[in-house]
Amino acid sequence: MGFFIEVVLGGLFAGVLYSLVALGFVLIFKASGVFNFAQGAMVLFAALALVRSLEVLPLPLAFMFAAGLMILLAVAIEFLVLRPLVHQAPIILFMSTIGIFYFLEGFGQTLFGSEVYRLEVGIPADVVFVLEETFPGGLLINTFDIWAAVIAGLLVAGLAVFFHSTRIGRALRAVADDHQAAQSVGISLRNIWVIVWAAAGLVALVAGAVWGSKLGVQSSIAFVAFKALPVLILGGFTSVPGAIVGGLIIGVGEKLAEVYLGSIIGGGIENWFAYVVALVFLLIRPQGLFGERIIERV
Amino acid sequence: MLYREAGQFKTSYAADEAIFPLTLDRVAIFIILAIAFIAVPALASDYFLKAILLPFLILALAAIGLNILVGYCGQLSLGSGGFMAVGAYAAYNIAIRIPEMPIIASLLLGGVCAAAVGVLFGIPSLRIKGFYLAVATLAAQFFLDWLFLRIGWFTNYSSSGSVNAPALNIFGATLRTPAEQYLFVLCFVVLFALGAKNLVRGNIGRTWMAMRDMDIAAEIMGIRPIYAKLSAFAISSFIIGVAGGLWAFVYLGSWEPLAFDINRSFQLLFMIIIGGLGSILGCFLGAAFILLVPILLNQVPAAFGMPLSTAMISHLEFMIFGGLIIVFLIVEPQGFARLCQIAKEKLRLWPFPY
Amino acid sequence: MRSPLSMLIAIAAGCAATSAATLALAQTQYIPSMVYRSGPYAPNGIPFANGVADYYALVNERDGGINGVKIELDECETGYATDRGVECYERTKGNGEAGAPYYFPLSTGITFALTEKTEADKIPLITMGYGRSESADGEVFKWNFPLLGTYWTAADIIMQYVADEEGGYENLNGKKVTLVYHDSPYGKEPITMLEKLSSQHGFEFAALPVTHPGVEQKSTWLQIRQSQPDYVLLWGWGVMNSTAIREAIAVNYPREKMIGVWWSGAEPDVTPAGEGAKGYKAAALQHGAGRDKVHEAVLEHVHGKGNGAGPEADVGHVLYNRGLVNAMLGVEAIRKAQEKFGNRALSGEEVQWGIENLELTEERLDELGFGDTLLPLNVTCEDHEGIRMGRIHQWDGSNWNFVSDWIEGNNELLRPMVVEAAQRYAAEHNITPRECE
Repeated sequence: MGFFIEVVLGGLFAGVLYSLVALGFVLIFKASGVFNFAQGAMVLFAALALVRSLEVLPLPLAFMFAAGLMILLAVAIEFLVLRPLVHQAPIILFMSTIGIFYFLEGFGQTLFGSEVYRLEVGIPADVVFVLEETFPGGLLINTFDIWAAVIAGLLVAGLAVFFHSTRIGRALRAVADDHQAAQSVGISLRNIWVIVWAAAGLVALVAGAVWGSKLGVQSSIAFVAFKALPVLILGGFTSVPGAIVGGLIIGVGEKLAEVYLGSIIGGGIENWFAYVVALVFLLIRPQGLFGERIIERV
Repeated sequence: MLYREAGQFKTSYAADEAIFPLTLDRVAIFIILAIAFIAVPALASDYFLKAILLPFLILALAAIGLNILVGYCGQLSLGSGGFMAVGAYAAYNIAIRIPEMPIIASLLLGGVCAAAVGVLFGIPSLRIKGFYLAVATLAAQFFLDWLFLRIGWFTNYSSSGSVNAPALNIFGATLRTPAEQYLFVLCFVVLFALGAKNLVRGNIGRTWMAMRDMDIAAEIMGIRPIYAKLSAFAISSFIIGVAGGLWAFVYLGSWEPLAFDINRSFQLLFMIIIGGLGSILGCFLGAAFILLVPILLNQVPAAFGMPLSTAMISHLEFMIFGGLIIVFLIVEPQGFARLCQIAKEKLRLWPFPY
Repeated sequence: MRSPLSMLIAIAAGCAATSAATLALAQTQYIPSMVYRSGPYAPNGIPFANGVADYYALVNERDGGINGVKIELDECETGYATDRGVECYERTKGNGEAGAPYYFPLSTGITFALTEKTEADKIPLITMGYGRSESADGEVFKWNFPLLGTYWTAADIIMQYVADEEGGYENLNGKKVTLVYHDSPYGKEPITMLEKLSSQHGFEFAALPVTHPGVEQKSTWLQIRQSQPDYVLLWGWGVMNSTAIREAIAVNYPREKMIGVWWSGAEPDVTPAGEGAKGYKAAALQHGAGRDKVHEAVLEHVHGKGNGAGPEADVGHVLYNRGLVNAMLGVEAIRKAQEKFGNRALSGEEVQWGIENLELTEERLDELGFGDTLLPLNVTCEDHEGIRMGRIHQWDGSNWNFVSDWIEGNNELLRPMVVEAAQRYAAEHNITPRECE
């Protein structure tokens, strides 16, 4: 029983990490309808900027440097890619983010190198045993996971405050609702897109810091973006709480399947099982748990 | 002035419905086919045939299959790598377990298996659309990846999980030289491209396009979505499966499941988007771009004599590739095929401006 | 006294002859090198590529080439992808005066794809420490050379060490050994060997696959925490290695009980985990980290003149040394082949003879500067491995230290398995094994 709870806890914590990456996708999709394939590359780029600047700067300055770089990147993307492609079909915008992905991968490795770098942002990673009276040996919890969950929670809370209480946040919601109505009220779409991509960049920076501390900063981090996709399907592409809830469900489902089902049919099933879980949810609710209902007009 | 339809009168329905109604188009196509069948194997170097043309042709064939699904029927699919794998492993198992079966039959039967799997994984398309469907097809991709790694039967219980294709025996002769392999693949590609072009011009192609443009309206009109969507999945997966079999048997020779992973699916998707969704010519153009640009980018610094490290060249390659994708999308979002179409239209009027 | 005219003619003829001879001597040996300096496996591929490049530069600088034939290195980026490897092979195999002499694919996938092609093109594939285990049988695999050790050898050496730690093979009975492996042909290779050893000596063997690229290992290590094996063997590459060590730390599995294969025991694998990686052990393909006389030569002749392929600090790291050793074996093979075919650029077929007759004695290794690093090896027609020795080294937080003596792979167990698998391969591919005298 204790082991079962450990697996569930492990799944929950893994899910939190996935949602960190999924949040970036949601932000951009919500405000501009673009599925940002380059999010994984942005996480990698941000992590590389952070870890390399840590070699010469103290932590707060390094964070600011990396954040500044991500904001510059957002401005560049909006100016060079989004503005010329405004009003194109979503699949064309998706393809352009693929171009951004390739560019960022090459550019990041050119600027910062392609070795593996150890990232220490001060997140303690100790092994802690809890509830030793109830379960023999106690439940294993890693403080790193707890801190990652706290960071994710703070990020979501921050984003919630941003969206609901600030002017810019309200403008973002307006743009997500209806581009033309927002423009008619005087909201500049271009500025909004820069802000959204910058926000996504900052979220990528936080995700990169957490994942980089966990795995070491190397180009495989871009792969974790694939894990965020089932989270998005389950939670809905446009919902921030959906990203969190979806992440938790996918994380738990994945780990339980790997441990219990995997031992029967052979192991290594985590990857596709997450997608199968998402698929089953989709068949019941095609827009995801929290997504907007797709209303089609003929 | 040169490229005009004035003076070309059709005297039968068949002539009117031909794929290339203009004489100049027909002449051009015959010249291209003649060059492809006769001049290229005679004049091209082994490297060019083996390492450039073979992958180009096979991936163009797979792109045709994917374009039918994504470009003509509008069902976004990211599982094409997995379907290629099904075609390859099915053809391998048939060829190994039934040694009398001719290779061509094994490849085609491999395609049929891929079609069956495609229909199975296409069933969610009846309920889900757009990006959600794309991510659902990723389930197919990762599941098939896992299946061929885990179930030993598919790889004939080889200890490493890697398999070797049997020798290509066509009607008694073994295909060994690059020229022979190239011609073998070229025949497949030409036949399939012709078939696909006729399919999309026919009734079934029109039902696909109706589903893509407005599926609810199409349903109201009497087009049954289950028939249209699943037939798109079936035919698309058949072509992709045959391409997978060719890739494994002719190009790689010995492969592991990683050869058909998610990167392959993305590569095919990029090809059809850059080449032009909903166009058979676009598949070839897109395949050429995606395949050749990285190789060219690798060679250019060396040709100019610039002393860059291999790592730097590789990074530049990524950056320029990504940049070119964005540039081409800005210039022509509908892909290279549309650029060709615009060129043809302008040529019709030339030298007049309108 | 001959006439001045005839003397002049004689001198002119002499000059012409010498200059012709000098021109003939100024040949270069084109050697392509498959590397990955970018992409997910770059942290492991870069030091290896630097080792190879530095050794060739050393041979050119210090010795003036191989018996006067200078080496022309051509790096080709594969990114660990099989199709790029195949394209790179096709592009470079015919370059240079005599074509490519050999290839180090440094990837099991590319090795598999190239095995048939190199057979047809008559170019040897040197897969030092990796590749197909059955290719050690030279009678079937004329063109594959898994020098110094295959995966089956590695599995045997590691299990011998485990048996040693337990006090003998009899004490293995009832113990649990789990293999955490990369879900690919590379990771699956040792399973047959480990299952055989498990049935022979009575230990419980379990294998847990990790999906490529290996960033997701939480459930694997939770299962390990539950089953509490006595030893965990790690068979990963790239990010999978460092992730495995980090997850082991997270579930508090003692690192001293973890033993990686020689591709899972280098600096990029342990540095991301920081302090917690202390105690992790791995097999060493004879060499570990550390500097021998050859490194001093490299620092003097190559890095000293500013021609080092990578940072000086890397010289002596595990994977750098692997590249160095690999390049040395290739150069010595060419040198051996030159004994028979002459001091000129050699083709793959000629170098194949060289590798097959390669014999490196202790004195020769000392001369080359590898005296403290390698043991003498002898490649023969039947035995394309040459030698089956390894050691175990352990990470102490900043260095790799050897914690075992030399362990020899049990050839009585290995050879029949290799021959059987090779015969199966030959039957499947209609290859008639050649007879080695």
